[in-house]
Parts: sequence; C-alpha cells; structure tokens
Amino acid sequence: MPGKADTVSRNMGVKVARRVTKLAVGSLLLGCLIPGGGHFLQGRFYRGLLLLSSIAGLFFMGLMMQGKIYLLNSGDILDMLGFIGDLCAGGLYFLTRAMDWGHGAIQLATADYGTKFIIVAGLLNFISAVDAYDIAMGKKP
Amino acid sequence: MTETLTLSHLTAAITFAFFVSIVFGITQRNTPRTMLRYGVYCFCMFVLGTVVVGWAMWLMKR
Repeated sequence: MPGKADTVSRNMGVKVARRVTKLAVGSLLLGCLIPGGGHFLQGRFYRGLLLLSSIAGLFFMGLMMQGKIYLLNSGDILDMLGFIGDLCAGGLYFLTRAMDWGHGAIQLATADYGTKFIIVAGLLNFISAVDAYDIAMGKKP
Repeated sequence: MTETLTLSHLTAAITFAFFVSIVFGITQRNTPRTMLRYGVYCFCMFVLGTVVVGWAMWLMKR
C-alpha cells in the first residue's frame, strides 16, 4: 500500500490505490480559490467556463438581492455555518469582503433568498473543486 | 455593490434551479450527453418541486 495513497476505489471488486499528484492538489486549491479554476488548469475549458459563470452568477445575483455576507466570530452557530458556506466561495468571498459588498443584516424578504444564493454558490464551488481533484486523480474522465 | 435586484419568489427559484442544475450536471456525471440529461432532469425536478410545494402550502392555508 503506497504511503501517499489517497483513496481506494473499487472497480469490479479490485481495489486500486492512487497516488496524490501535484496536479490534483493544485486543481483542488485553485478550484477552491477560483470557481472552475481546477478545470481550467487541466485544460477543460468549457466545463470550467460553465462552472465559473454558474457559480459566479449565483453569487453575484445573491449580492444584488441584498444577501447577507457572514463574518467570522458572529457567535451564533447558524451564522458560523453560513460563514463556512460563504468562505467556500474562495476568491469571490475575499473579493466581496475587500470591496465591502454585501449586507450585514437582512432587510427584505428576497434578501433572504440572496443570502441562500451566496451560501449555495460557495458550496457548489467546493463541489466543483472536488470534481477537478477527481478528474486529476483519474477517478472521472 | 449598489445595484439591487428584486425577483419574485418563482423567478428566484427558477434562477436558482438553473445555475445549480448546471453545476450538478457537470460534477455528477461523466460524459457530456449524460451531463446534459442530468442537468435538465435536476432543473425539472427543482421547478416541479417548487410548484408542488407551492400548491401544497396553498392547500394548507385554506
């Protein structure tokens, strides 16, 4: 069993260990930072473009709907979960904080939807980063 | 960000379904054809679920 074996997948009952590559780690990190970045790194331009436009579109629509941006150390457990969701958006979240976009409190009914848009955009970004990692590891074509 | 976007509940749900279905399709399937089919399936399920739950809430309110 290799020391750096990441996971063991099952293919027709045979366990196959795969080594973690630099490309896989780079895809995961870049994908976390930029939506679709991991796919761009591997030359999957159209997938990356679709992921970038979808996740960024959802995130910015949430901002335009006056969605709330969660901050660290808010004290409430639900706010902490919201912060984790927002943080998964990576570069989009840091850009939003740097530009002071977003709202601290929900004032409209649709702003609650906007808040959910932003959180889901972050979670989708994490899914897409893991997808890029899987592609680099050869688990997915 | 100073621009304000005001969507109806249905429009917000459909917009949400559209973007999420694209990501689900790409990440959860392997070939372009199955990605498209799964994305369309997810979109239809999101929208259908919204309509069904909306009518269920309307019935509960009456």
